[in-house]
Amino acid sequence: MIATRDAYGEALAELGGENDKIVVLDADLSGSTKTGVFAKKFPNRFFNMGIAEANMVGTAAGLAAVGKVPFLSTFAIFAAGRGWEQIRQSVAYPKANVKIVATHGGVTVGEDGGSHQSVEDVAIMRAIPNMTVIVPADGEETKGAIRAVAAYKGPVYVRLGRNKVPSVFPAGHKFEIGKGVVVVPGTDLTFITTGLMTAAAVTAAEKLKAEGISARVLHIGTIKPLDKELVLQAAEETGAIVTAEEHSVVGGLGGAVAEYLAETCPTLMKRVGVYDRFGTSGKSDELLKYFGLNAETLIEEAREIVSRKK
Amino acid sequence: MKEKIADLEEKARRLRVAIVKTLHKSQSGHTGGSLSAIDMVCALYFHKMRHNPVDPAWEGRDRFVLSKGHAAPALYVTLAECGYFPAEDLMMLRRLGSHLQGHPDSKGTPGVDVCTGSLGQGLSMANGMALGLKLDGKENRVYAVLGDGELQEGQIWEAAMAAAHYKSDNLCALIDSNGLQIDGDVAKVMNVSSIADKFKAFGWNVIEIDGHDMAQIVAALDEAEAHKGAPTAIVAKTVKGKGVHLFENKASYHGVTPNDDELPEALRCLGCCD
Ligand SMILES: Cc1ncc(C[n+]2csc(CCOP(=O)(O)OP(=O)(O)O)c2C)c(N)n1
Ligand SMILES: [Mg+2]
Repeated sequence: MIATRDAYGEALAELGGENDKIVVLDADLSGSTKTGVFAKKFPNRFFNMGIAEANMVGTAAGLAAVGKVPFLSTFAIFAAGRGWEQIRQSVAYPKANVKIVATHGGVTVGEDGGSHQSVEDVAIMRAIPNMTVIVPADGEETKGAIRAVAAYKGPVYVRLGRNKVPSVFPAGHKFEIGKGVVVVPGTDLTFITTGLMTAAAVTAAEKLKAEGISARVLHIGTIKPLDKELVLQAAEETGAIVTAEEHSVVGGLGGAVAEYLAETCPTLMKRVGVYDRFGTSGKSDELLKYFGLNAETLIEEAREIVSRKK
Repeated sequence: MKEKIADLEEKARRLRVAIVKTLHKSQSGHTGGSLSAIDMVCALYFHKMRHNPVDPAWEGRDRFVLSKGHAAPALYVTLAECGYFPAEDLMMLRRLGSHLQGHPDSKGTPGVDVCTGSLGQGLSMANGMALGLKLDGKENRVYAVLGDGELQEGQIWEAAMAAAHYKSDNLCALIDSNGLQIDGDVAKVMNVSSIADKFKAFGWNVIEIDGHDMAQIVAALDEAEAHKGAPTAIVAKTVKGKGVHLFENKASYHGVTPNDDELPEALRCLGCCD
């Protein structure tokens, strides 16, 4: 169990030693986003921009324009939200080589409440042309993703979480941008999941097995570009899809899969996520339960969708 | 007047006790910035603002915007003391189902007019209220409390420009200048000084005070109300964590709550034995 933001801090500090073009920007949250680890090691290549996220995005675009590889971090709501148009105009439009690594995505932000819980960031980042959107499942995948993102040329949005999450992938897991991973094979339905919901889907699939339901788990670490091949295969081979994400059902993974399948292979489908509402204060684990973001919900939805198939 | 100041000081002490107890119970929330702002919030609610706890939506009320929304505990204990909601509610701060959200939420908490918590947005909303109230020919005033780190947000200066441009003299911004933000000293993270000179350059009436001296706070609020033709910024020098030496001037206490070991000492500092 490790938080994806901790894995990010570690990976970034490691990459800093390998590539001196990497520069890092933060907006007064370097302790929380873990860019502080890099800052300590490479103080000259770290810029604390203060509580001024829009300016931070523009500055990163400028750094990219002169050949640097900027990583910028703050909470997801402030990175994607406050900086949205700057990201669109100064980063995505010119295809600038800026890596936006946003931590504290989703409702597991917890007690800070709805003002701080970003449930729309994947949707608004995904809507921007040229943007790649990544949501890792665990610490190992995060490390791989950060490495892949540093090597890739172009704008990327990576969404990480605040809390420790169960491991899904083994140490040294290699991340390929745009490639999904079948974590559990299955034939009756497919859970297409991202972020911390992948671990929940693995648990759900194990329990469903005992009831004679064979659930496939397809982890989508890159929401954009979507791995259409594996999604289509899941639809054709299992005939039922349950998507799950710690995000609004509007415009995130569920939206992306629904859009794609509606046009290529209409399939029985259910989206698990936050249903068009804001977050609220509470403990992270309570909130996951409150919003139905757990294995229990996935099991119920799996039973329901399999019964509808018949 | 002396008596009135002494009363306000005693109120502020009791509010500090409530902040410490509330945050000890919630074990989540912002201690330092609540304690640095409380004297000003206390003077606003118990000296300056026209408001009615029995009728939170009373048309004749002055408006308050806690732009540095993370200091919600300072606002909540004050609203409870005024009687907007029962003091027991404070023990539910930040819990699932509570109206006392981590950051002020106008949808649920009586006496809260706008949602804040994402820094930099409050002064714009306050100026919007000020413009609207003036349009309606109303005398009501609008007060906004801002953090000094918060001043790094560009939107603050867009609002400052607009408020001066529209001569919003019914608007008063109070800057809780405690010199600290999350990553350390404001001067080291991203220098904003001179705050007073900046607001002056934007066309504001500026008053500099000690933000823990109740007599100075009261005098500044009265002076701000009397000033016509421009908004007023009260730049208040404060101490983050003020009143409890364990928390004073420590950036590390920004978002940390008093633990079981610290509670007795914290309450002792505040002249409280229970
Ligand atoms: C737009 C935005 N960016 C970042 C944060 C995270 N944050 C919460 S408090 C804080 C520091 C605030 O410092 P300051 O304004 O000086 O407040 P104070 O010292 O009075 O607590 C930060 C960066 C936020 N709430 N909003
Ligand atoms: Mg401060």
